[in-house]
Amino acid sequence: MNWESVIGLEIHTQLNSRTKAFCDCKAEFGEEPNTNICPVCMGYPGSLPVVNEELIKKALKLGIATKSKINYKTKFDRKNYFYPDIPKNYQITQYDYPICYDGKLTIDLKERDIKDVRINRIHMEEDTGKVFHDKDDKLTLIDYNRAGIPLLEIVTEPDLRSSEEAHVFLKELKGALRYLDISEANMEKGELRVDVNVSVRKKGEELGTKVELKNMNSFKAVEKAIDYEIKRQKKLIINGKKEDIKQETRMWIDDKGISRVMRTKEEAADYRYFPEPDIPAFEIDREMFKKIKKNKIELPLEKKYRFINEYNISYYNASVLTSDFSLSNYFEEILENYDDGESAANFVINELLSLVNENDDIIDNIKVSPEYMYKILKLLDSDVISSKIAKKILGETYNTGRDPEIIVEEKGWKQMSDSDELENIIENVINENQDEYNRYKDGEKKLFGFFMGQVMKKTKGQANPKKANKILRKKLEE
Amino acid sequence: MNIFQYKKKIKKNGLKKVIREIMENIKKNDKYNAFISVNEKVLEEAEKLEKNGKNNKPLHGVPISIKDNIAVKNQKLTCGSNLLANFISPYDATVIKRLKNAGALIVGKTNMDEFAMGASNEYSAYGPVKNPLNPEYVPGGSSGGSAASVSGNFVPVSLGSDTGGSVRQPASFTGCVGFKPTYGRVSRYGLTAFSSSLDQIGPITKNVDDTSLIYRIISGKDNMDSTSSDRKIEEYKENCKKEYSIGVPFDLIEDIDEDIKKDFLETIEQLKNNGHTIKKISFETIKYAVPTYQIISTAEASSNLARFDGIIYGNRKQNEKNLVSVTRDRGFGIEVKRRCMVGTFVLSSGYSDKYYKNALKAKKIISKELKNHFKNLDLLALPTTPNKPFKIGEKSDDVLYLYKGDLFTIPANLSGLPAISIPVKKNGDFYSSIQFMSNSFQEEILFDIGREIEKMGGKK
Repeated sequence: MNWESVIGLEIHTQLNSRTKAFCDCKAEFGEEPNTNICPVCMGYPGSLPVVNEELIKKALKLGIATKSKINYKTKFDRKNYFYPDIPKNYQITQYDYPICYDGKLTIDLKERDIKDVRINRIHMEEDTGKVFHDKDDKLTLIDYNRAGIPLLEIVTEPDLRSSEEAHVFLKELKGALRYLDISEANMEKGELRVDVNVSVRKKGEELGTKVELKNMNSFKAVEKAIDYEIKRQKKLIINGKKEDIKQETRMWIDDKGISRVMRTKEEAADYRYFPEPDIPAFEIDREMFKKIKKNKIELPLEKKYRFINEYNISYYNASVLTSDFSLSNYFEEILENYDDGESAANFVINELLSLVNENDDIIDNIKVSPEYMYKILKLLDSDVISSKIAKKILGETYNTGRDPEIIVEEKGWKQMSDSDELENIIENVINENQDEYNRYKDGEKKLFGFFMGQVMKKTKGQANPKKANKILRKKLEE
Repeated sequence: MNIFQYKKKIKKNGLKKVIREIMENIKKNDKYNAFISVNEKVLEEAEKLEKNGKNNKPLHGVPISIKDNIAVKNQKLTCGSNLLANFISPYDATVIKRLKNAGALIVGKTNMDEFAMGASNEYSAYGPVKNPLNPEYVPGGSSGGSAASVSGNFVPVSLGSDTGGSVRQPASFTGCVGFKPTYGRVSRYGLTAFSSSLDQIGPITKNVDDTSLIYRIISGKDNMDSTSSDRKIEEYKENCKKEYSIGVPFDLIEDIDEDIKKDFLETIEQLKNNGHTIKKISFETIKYAVPTYQIISTAEASSNLARFDGIIYGNRKQNEKNLVSVTRDRGFGIEVKRRCMVGTFVLSSGYSDKYYKNALKAKKIISKELKNHFKNLDLLALPTTPNKPFKIGEKSDDVLYLYKGDLFTIPANLSGLPAISIPVKKNGDFYSSIQFMSNSFQEEILFDIGREIEKMGGKK
């Protein structure tokens, strides 16, 4: 049987703006609870919301990047429901005129295998406070620092067909949000929240009943929850219990690897949307829009293929380098002075990134400038240093921020490439190790490595390995 | 006493003495139940004001009372409700900041219908307000305490809020001047929202000059209120020089109170004799006004009042299982509950098209008709109310009577237009009042005509 899963995503992303959506409070969550609050975000009587322009700008940025249409005339609405994390008991959001609609984000699963995922809408809204339940469930604590932090909600069409596709989409979106400086988009920190709609059908048949999944805290959890749901629905259909697939919201319980019914369609709230009377409907400032549009924004996928074509690097390397905005910029800065894209890519990915990861660092903070990277690569290319030394220099520069050329000079780490000098040393090594020499001559060829090791030891690793290898072989075979 | 007279008295007797007298008067003689709380720090504030030397501020030392739904920093803000019985506002409303900057002293917070829902001031958790003109009668509402505080000579000025007539109607019932500015003219920041798209703060005063003065101080763009307008406020006009074209929908006054009708027609006649052009007009869409108002205001109120749940602030009540519903059940009075339920209903899915969305359309139609009238008119005149004040308790069971009593005041709220109510003639204990509306942001014309009415000598 030919099954097909139909998946759509609803993503909330917390903007990295300085202030909250409708007041001047710092948009920072994670500080001392209930310190970034004011009469407006606490819903005190008489307070009124005023729209933070950054929210509109960032929404437009994402709209432009996803080739969305723009509602130039737009408005905010109230979504009414009672919950203690929402100080006014309504959320200021957008209902029938989302700022952006009908867009798309392109993803690829492998090289040159791309797919457009349609975006139904992007709208602006405010975050809620965060509720903490006491262990014995006697006490509920609420931190309102988060209340009023600006959010964008991004709703896709049901264009995804597997958990893997969903994962790739989320990675691409996360990259886009970071490239565009809209959000840090860290799912573990709650800066990106993902709800999923899943239905299953046999290919060609009409759409099945969709089930909503909530409470996934990582991309991995999203994948697992989708797979679990697909399996659950398939099983019901196979067992002839298709009607048991109900339109409902299920909560993913990650440590158990299962989902549980949270609420059914009948229990869904009537949000009684109506236009927010405290914020008049408004028109997008065309000048502001043009300004944002002028700053052409390249999404990760576009950059990835440009890297492959322009710098002639592998799909894998291009994927890694473009997965992070700062990293991709860093890489391009190296290539301003350096031609061999693939070597640079390999060195950055294998050596620099592993250092960065080991130290739990980020590219923006490291002391190794792109210029220093370029210098190391040049030293390596011109045989002044070996790749082993290159790593050592990188480590040194990483720790001290000092110029690699100076380090090479000071430490005397230049390679020994002079043939006569090398010949002398190699002859000495052979003389000092007559036993091994004789065994080698008797056919124990693996001792070549031993001799090479001795040469390196004598030269403190500075012997040009290629040259040393050639001379040693010649001498041993003489 | 009006503002001018208070200023004179302050000059003569000294600020502290005057304020001390006022506070004593409020504490001893508030038999009308006009005040919910008094500002215990007002004497210190008066002292500070005096120490600062300069007394050239436009409201230097002028005592003002404030409706208890407007936020005054470190003062109670009960909104006439049990739910906020102990709530202290942590900030000043924009109008309060502006009054304080102008040298005014806030002496106390006035009684009101709970959350401004009512037209008789009988729906207050702090008891009904009595009409100073005859304490057996209601003072009107919802700014009944504000009106009584001025009419009862405790203060020369009070700020109220007007959502469907809540400043103009009690002003009329108590013989004062009541004024609702154009929507957006006065910042709503700090006014506890009842119906955000209709609410507007306005003064209740002894005369038009005081209204004009207070209006000048509290109006103007405020960055804290996105609905506030940056339209320029026109210059003060000293005298009534212009002959206006005044529209009167005579059809609408056929069935109203006889005295009010007679006084109104006499006033119109006098205005005609003074050289104004009186035009008979029809005001067709006013028939939609009351239901439209009842739908839009309750819809917005149901959402605006949702925040009063006892979680962050307010009088929390709870039983084993429930906090929010118990707090709201015990905290809100009958009229507030009625309107929140109606508002929730008219916004519910399946009903909002029929009620809420149609009401929005009707609101537009009413505004359009009024705007069209103002292409040919400077002013539109109506009595402020179709009826005189009634006795306390007399209409308690007749909600519809109360709702219909707002008929002449509601159109100004639905259209956002400014309107003023001025007493014209005394009949027994009470006054008949005339109400003028003008086009948006044409407040000056209202003050002009208001001064002329005063000169005509309706009220001594």
